[in-house]
Amino acid sequence: MSQTDHTDQAQSASAKTVIWNDPTFRSIVSQVLAAGVLVWFFYTIFSNTLSNMERQGITTGFAFWNSTAGYGILMSLIDYDSTDTYGRTFFVGLLNTVLISVLGIFFATIIGFIVGVARLSKNWPIAKIATVYVETLRNIPLLLQILFWYNAVLRTLPHPRDSLTLGESIFLNSRGLYLPSPVPGLGFGFVSSAFYLAVVVVFIMVRWANKRQEETGQQFPSFWASVGLLIAFPGVVFLIMGAPMTLDYPALKGFNFQGGIGIIPELLALLWALTFYTATFIAEIVRAGILGVSHGQTEAAHALGLRNGPTLRLVVIPQAMRIIIPPLTSQYLNLAKNSSLATAIGYPDLVAVFMGTTLNQTGQAVEIVGITMAVYLVMSLAISGLMNWFNKRMALSER
Amino acid sequence: MSDFKALPDLPAPTSSTGLAGWFRSNLFSTPINSVVSVISIYFIVSFLIPVLDWAFVSAVWTGEGNAACEQASGACWIFIEDRISIFSYGIYPADQTWRLDIAFALLAVSFGPQFFDKFPFKMPLAIFSLTAFPLISFYLISGGAFGLEYVPTERWGGLSLTLILAFVGIVAALPIGVVVALGRRSEMPVIRSVCIGFIELWRGIPLISVLFMSSVMLPLFLPEGMNFDKLLRALIGITMFQSAYMAEVIRGGLQAIPRGQYEAASAMGLGYWGQMRLVVLPQALKLVIPGIVNTFIALFKDTTLVLIIGLLDVLALVQSAIEDPAWGAVETEGYVFAAFCFWVFCFSMSRYSQKLERKLHTGHKR
Repeated sequence: MSQTDHTDQAQSASAKTVIWNDPTFRSIVSQVLAAGVLVWFFYTIFSNTLSNMERQGITTGFAFWNSTAGYGILMSLIDYDSTDTYGRTFFVGLLNTVLISVLGIFFATIIGFIVGVARLSKNWPIAKIATVYVETLRNIPLLLQILFWYNAVLRTLPHPRDSLTLGESIFLNSRGLYLPSPVPGLGFGFVSSAFYLAVVVVFIMVRWANKRQEETGQQFPSFWASVGLLIAFPGVVFLIMGAPMTLDYPALKGFNFQGGIGIIPELLALLWALTFYTATFIAEIVRAGILGVSHGQTEAAHALGLRNGPTLRLVVIPQAMRIIIPPLTSQYLNLAKNSSLATAIGYPDLVAVFMGTTLNQTGQAVEIVGITMAVYLVMSLAISGLMNWFNKRMALSER
Repeated sequence: MSDFKALPDLPAPTSSTGLAGWFRSNLFSTPINSVVSVISIYFIVSFLIPVLDWAFVSAVWTGEGNAACEQASGACWIFIEDRISIFSYGIYPADQTWRLDIAFALLAVSFGPQFFDKFPFKMPLAIFSLTAFPLISFYLISGGAFGLEYVPTERWGGLSLTLILAFVGIVAALPIGVVVALGRRSEMPVIRSVCIGFIELWRGIPLISVLFMSSVMLPLFLPEGMNFDKLLRALIGITMFQSAYMAEVIRGGLQAIPRGQYEAASAMGLGYWGQMRLVVLPQALKLVIPGIVNTFIALFKDTTLVLIIGLLDVLALVQSAIEDPAWGAVETEGYVFAAFCFWVFCFSMSRYSQKLERKLHTGHKR
């Protein structure tokens, strides 16, 4: 009796489902609703912005791009002075952002890998130093660290006259860090050509060594051979050409140093803080990556007869890298975005120069904020697209 | 046949137990290790002695004004003592600060028990802290009702402002993050692409430009005559920014739940929200607790950025206090104090997440 009831119900249910219980109908309705709300939202914002700008007399468009900026910038990698255009301030800021990001990523990776491995060291003091470093700096806001290095350390350094110095060639004072700069002399071109030649030879040699090992099993010490080639060959050419390079030492002239490479304190403070802050996160990622490879892998490699070096190189590191690379990429992205905190101490990056001074002078908020965000977005989308691709390739696939 | 009787275990050799054994295995296991240990201990000692001397031995703990500090070679802690009420309450009216005290005491009473395993009324307290508490504390701090004096948000500041920003951000970012993460994995193309756009947009730009936008552009977006409070604008910016990160963390958890769980929940006759609420989310959120707490910690640290748009959080007040000509060089003391405030909160949050992770780890350990 009850069973027949049940079947009847099931049949009637499948025959005519109420329309608002139909999944397809519901999904279409909710999507149309969502799209409608979104369109209404953006339309309101758009029309409000237009009417507000009209009321405040703000002109739109990119005419400001070619007008004279009229302000100086502390540091520029391309030629710039106050008679250049607002468009050029954009490139000055962009290049400064790229510079700090590349330098920061370079140093943070090195320090992060060293500290990450040190935290796993069997040597107690080394492991403790690394742990205390990571747990302290990771939990202090980056902005505070930047302000600390700039205001409490670099600005309290002595004046140029009483600079701290290392061997009368490197100087550190409240105006920045001064290093000797290498000046290539006549015939240095041969040395750099020798280096490029060595790179090509190493490339060919490694391919040959791999092919020979796959065919015959014979190994070739390609690592040491490449190091030798890359250093010795250009070195010999350098000596043959009579060492065509001189160093330009910074020297105190008047109130400040002239010559050599001068690094402004804003760059130093920002680089220092960004590097040591991001390195703590990279260290944790590296540690997790190494711990994530189970010990059985090492034991299996040993059982196959691999020694410690090849075990690490061929078994542990490739698997650890699978865990390390995705979060590492997002740390690089964070570092690049965090470099915008430069505004707080006046390092002329994209946000400080373009979204700061240029925006204040022209008042073109919509265009300038739009361009700046687009730059960061393009950068991030490129990196996160790469990451998603990598993630798909590496992730364990189910069914 | 006599019974087999095992001899009692011999004690471990003396060279591998006790203090000597610890030294042997941790400091001097190989010649290279010994050298490294000696060098690094030398560095630790030569670094720690001047730091401890500066912070404690030669530091000035009592006295009045800058004159007491001028002779000392150590830290000038009386500067912090002098400014502690500014650093905690900002320029909130001095006779009204009891309202902030009560609000944070309420927060401590309702949130504190969550850190302990066996404590009665944990659930009601948690619900209270997420529903009634925000309302009560808003009226308590802002005033303007129930006979309390109105205090505009421009006068909120200091460590209390930092905590307000962090609390509101955390409470708002988690639910938004959950909804966006579910939308990100939805099968409806419109919903999914809206959520992807939301996540990638906020994650792609630096927080500082979000705050700039909230202070420069948001007034342009709104209809004429309508305006938001500066603090509220900053809060919206921080919440939106962190909820995108939260959504990605939670998506990681959702992805890790095997498809069988969804199918089983479906077979039990649960609808979409039932599946998510009763089966998927409890497992997914548990998996990503470390990531969620890491996002909270990031949010807490990111609240310092509001100083760039002119809100007076604890770092902004320290920053202006150290420039006071009435005091000598007190930069380091000020920053160390601010760093300590943030460090205490962030470090305890990360420890709590580690504890929770161990507690909730009911599955098999690999």
